[in-house]
Amino acid sequence: MSKLYMARNPRVAARSLDGEMMIMSGRDSTLFTLNKTATILWQAADGATPLDEIVEHRICPEFEVEPAEALHDAETLARELASHEILQISDEPIALANSSSGVSR
Amino acid sequence: MPELATEVERLSLIIKIGGMPVRVNTTDPDFLAMLRDRYAGFVAAPEYAEIEFDIDLSPARFPEPDADVRVTQQHGRWTFERGDFRAEWEPASRTGWIRQTANPYSIDAVLRIVHTLVLARQGGFLLHSASAIRNGKAFLFAGVSEAGKTTISRLAPPDATLLTDEISYVRKQDSGYIAYGTPFTGELAKLGENVSAPIAALYLLAKGKENRIDPIPPAEAARSLLANLLFFAEDEELVQSTFHSAFEFVSRVPVSRLTFVPDARVWELIR
Repeated sequence: MSKLYMARNPRVAARSLDGEMMIMSGRDSTLFTLNKTATILWQAADGATPLDEIVEHRICPEFEVEPAEALHDAETLARELASHEILQISDEPIALANSSSGVSR
Repeated sequence: MPELATEVERLSLIIKIGGMPVRVNTTDPDFLAMLRDRYAGFVAAPEYAEIEFDIDLSPARFPEPDADVRVTQQHGRWTFERGDFRAEWEPASRTGWIRQTANPYSIDAVLRIVHTLVLARQGGFLLHSASAIRNGKAFLFAGVSEAGKTTISRLAPPDATLLTDEISYVRKQDSGYIAYGTPFTGELAKLGENVSAPIAALYLLAKGKENRIDPIPPAEAARSLLANLLFFAEDEELVQSTFHSAFEFVSRVPVSRLTFVPDARVWELIR
């Protein structure tokens, strides 16, 4: 099974407030509020860490779920976030562009 | 020898909203008179203008009169388009033009757009909200259509100065925010007063069976603020800038839910 890598799309604006991660598309101004799992994926999406490692180290301990089930759900979620252009996904590591204007602060 | 060209007198008017003077030039005295009447209270003496628009009153029909507004930027030049107008504005030269028919609505839309663009770079914004000054402090009342903006404006007591019943003008200044009066009206069809004051609170309006103020979590405050912002530009940099401005605002200005019954007693809570 191939690895899946994720990177934050630098063309969105993101802020975390009271534990809620909000993201706005720079393209069409759509506002997204991420749930807890999506927030973990967003925060861990460094382009270099594969999804299975993120699931093993960040999601399974948090939600006490079976790794295989968690990976399946996480991959579905990652693809959904990619469809909204919140994340970029690839089966190879993703080189990060300069994203200073879009990252959380 | 006959003259080859006739010089047409150019007529000008300065419309100053939010402290920003915008000069509009036209050759039509009737249109100028209409603007002078439409923006009464916001017409300033001739002075330096931060932006200048030449207005071309086109007799031609626009091909898609129902088209929604589009605001795009290319190579430093903004284009504003809607079914009833087309305009361009170049910030570097501070100049632009508007092509429209002789009506007050098209130029009103252009002014709203250009103010949102200028404010976005300065940490401010236009907000779907009524606003008023009381005891030297400005209060904003935000909500979608039917939320109660017009009602709360109509109920304002004599010691409250109405800034707008529809679109508030918010400018960042030092560590706080200032609300300015606007001529952008809603159902009340009454221009706001051309004055300003520091913003003391933003209330999210809800109609209910009693008058009460409830705190709301910061994330909900930010979400609600973003939902009520006026923003037109298809421009990633400005979208991001406006997004962060909204969070900055809720970190500095108290945001609460104001539930109210439609009578004047609600203003006993606004002080």
